[in-house]
Amino acid sequence: MPIKQQLKQSLIIAFWFMILTFPIMVIKVNTIQNIIVFRWFNLLWVGILTFVASLVWNYFLRRTEDGKKKDFEDDTPLIHRLLQNDRFRRPFLGLLAAFFIAYPFIFPMYHTSIMISALVYVMLGLGLNIVVGLAGLLDLGYVAFYAVGAYAYALLNLHFGLSFWMVLPLSALLGTLFGVLLGYPVLRLRGDYLAIVTLGFGEIIRIVLENWDEFSNGPRGIADIPAPTFFGHQFNQDNTMIYIYFIVIALVLMTIFFVNRLENSKIGRAWIALRDDEIACQAMGIDKFKTKLTAFALGATWAAMGGVIFAAKTSYINPMSFTIWESITILCVVVIGGMGSAIGVIAGALVLILLPEYLRAVAEYRMLVFGALQVIVMVFKPDGLIKSVRKVYTFKTSQEPQQEKIAHGTHT
Amino acid sequence: MEPILDVKNLTMKFGGLKALDDVSIAIEKGQIAALIGPNGAGKTTFFNCITGIYDPTIGNVEITPPGKNTQSLRGLKPNYVTERGIARTFQNIRLFHGMTVLENVLIGRHCRLSSGIIKAMLKPPSQKEEEKQAVYDSYKILEKIGLAKYVNEMAVNLPYGAQRRLEIARAMATDPFLLLLDEPAAGMNPQETKELDDLILWLRDNENLTILLIEHDMKLVMSLSDWIHVVDYGKKIAEGTPAEIKANPDVIKAYLGEESDDA
Repeated sequence: MPIKQQLKQSLIIAFWFMILTFPIMVIKVNTIQNIIVFRWFNLLWVGILTFVASLVWNYFLRRTEDGKKKDFEDDTPLIHRLLQNDRFRRPFLGLLAAFFIAYPFIFPMYHTSIMISALVYVMLGLGLNIVVGLAGLLDLGYVAFYAVGAYAYALLNLHFGLSFWMVLPLSALLGTLFGVLLGYPVLRLRGDYLAIVTLGFGEIIRIVLENWDEFSNGPRGIADIPAPTFFGHQFNQDNTMIYIYFIVIALVLMTIFFVNRLENSKIGRAWIALRDDEIACQAMGIDKFKTKLTAFALGATWAAMGGVIFAAKTSYINPMSFTIWESITILCVVVIGGMGSAIGVIAGALVLILLPEYLRAVAEYRMLVFGALQVIVMVFKPDGLIKSVRKVYTFKTSQEPQQEKIAHGTHT
Repeated sequence: MEPILDVKNLTMKFGGLKALDDVSIAIEKGQIAALIGPNGAGKTTFFNCITGIYDPTIGNVEITPPGKNTQSLRGLKPNYVTERGIARTFQNIRLFHGMTVLENVLIGRHCRLSSGIIKAMLKPPSQKEEEKQAVYDSYKILEKIGLAKYVNEMAVNLPYGAQRRLEIARAMATDPFLLLLDEPAAGMNPQETKELDDLILWLRDNENLTILLIEHDMKLVMSLSDWIHVVDYGKKIAEGTPAEIKANPDVIKAYLGEESDDA
């Protein structure tokens, strides 16, 4: 687009914004003195800022589009290229490990606490990534399994005195069980219909927890959930936070390890195939229903474990922690991070959970900035922050004479 | 000898529409058979009924895999039909675009692998071995079909002709005895069609496959097929050798239309 046309377009946009924001930004009614103040300078600022923003926006948009036209081969995300580089990988992972080990000792407890939240979201994100990113099942009720985990710990501890370490594996099983129970009837649906039904299931769990007083203590929630112990030893409050931090780190590592293995296994490939084309997938001999159910159940497993950590960390839970917004946030983590990409989801969780916390400095505009950032990511990086990259297999060129050369010699 | 695929009195109704009406087709082992007919004649519906995507209203589909007993496919889900040894390709290419070429073929191996979730997570030696074997087998298939150079490309980035061949490679990976090809030459240039012709013959002769194909390219059908079945408006109107079909007045009528008396 020629520069003149661009300037014209930006001018129109600026003008439009000036009209649009006129009632809020310019007119101010002073109800005490009963006068109206016109703040014309605000109008000027809105105009200039929108004009510049529009130019910048267009510039970047064009750059993204030009980038797409280029060769397909060079769009491997930077982080993947770095991780494939042997000389770089070790020092990088070493530094990363050092940073995360040192983290709770360098930063005050508040930072450790929000990092734990972010890491729990990494777990949740990686779990939901199996369901949404790999298997392509839009699940809007994922928070239900998170609630199952949290309440499993709270209730089992309250009634039977089970400790954190006993409940953690139990909750994983319970999560899987609930995944199967909820998945079984709804997985015949697909796309939008599945999304709506899972949304309903998520709400059902929350409403049951809220209203079944005898079972879950209702909206009052459950308090005094004990923190995890270290072979029977109970740390003081600060050290408990650090202890939980390391438990989460271990669990996140375990999640990454297993999810990565699943992704590149027979079952992981079946999930992706199911996402890409259901009919072709079945025609290739894959049991559609079983594959969907495993994705749903395995996704639920990580959510339940995340729930246990959440309960142990906050020591108090009530149904308000498990609303639909929680599901949406986790979904945002997956979509903005990069569907199907484990590294993307990790980055997404850290950005999406940590950013609002650190944006508290600009408290009033926190959610505005947050929303704007999400829009920007989706416009300029529609595949997410770090898009998924498939495994590359290497082969030695085979020595034996290739039969196809004889059969049809035109191509080799 | 029993025919390898024996379709008896197949009828498929969609509401009031009879997409297939009492079609019976038998295919012998080692044949290259073709199913032809004008657009909308019910050819793809026929494939979908055999492979379990549709459940036929009336009729039965029986297979006799080499060295095994006759069994019915009626009411089986598509994945079980594939497990029994029937593989297919699609008229409109249905590759898994989020995966590499090799992974597409690995999906075809899926039903021949045994490792479950637990094994995938713990990766015992048996699973590693199986995975290695599957990757090796898939690569071999790609070599045979002539796609080895694309092995790590994303399937969606392949040239059109190569995508069609990849569909065949993926179907081959399921270890079929019968291969159903739905318009494999659609949209191919003459050179690619020639290569496809060679490939299909090669598959029959070297991989011991029986092949049933739907095709509109008459030159390809006539040169390739041993036996041709013709359907029109859901009814089978003729079958025979290419020479017989060329001379059959009913077939000519179906393709070219009939001279109307009151015109």
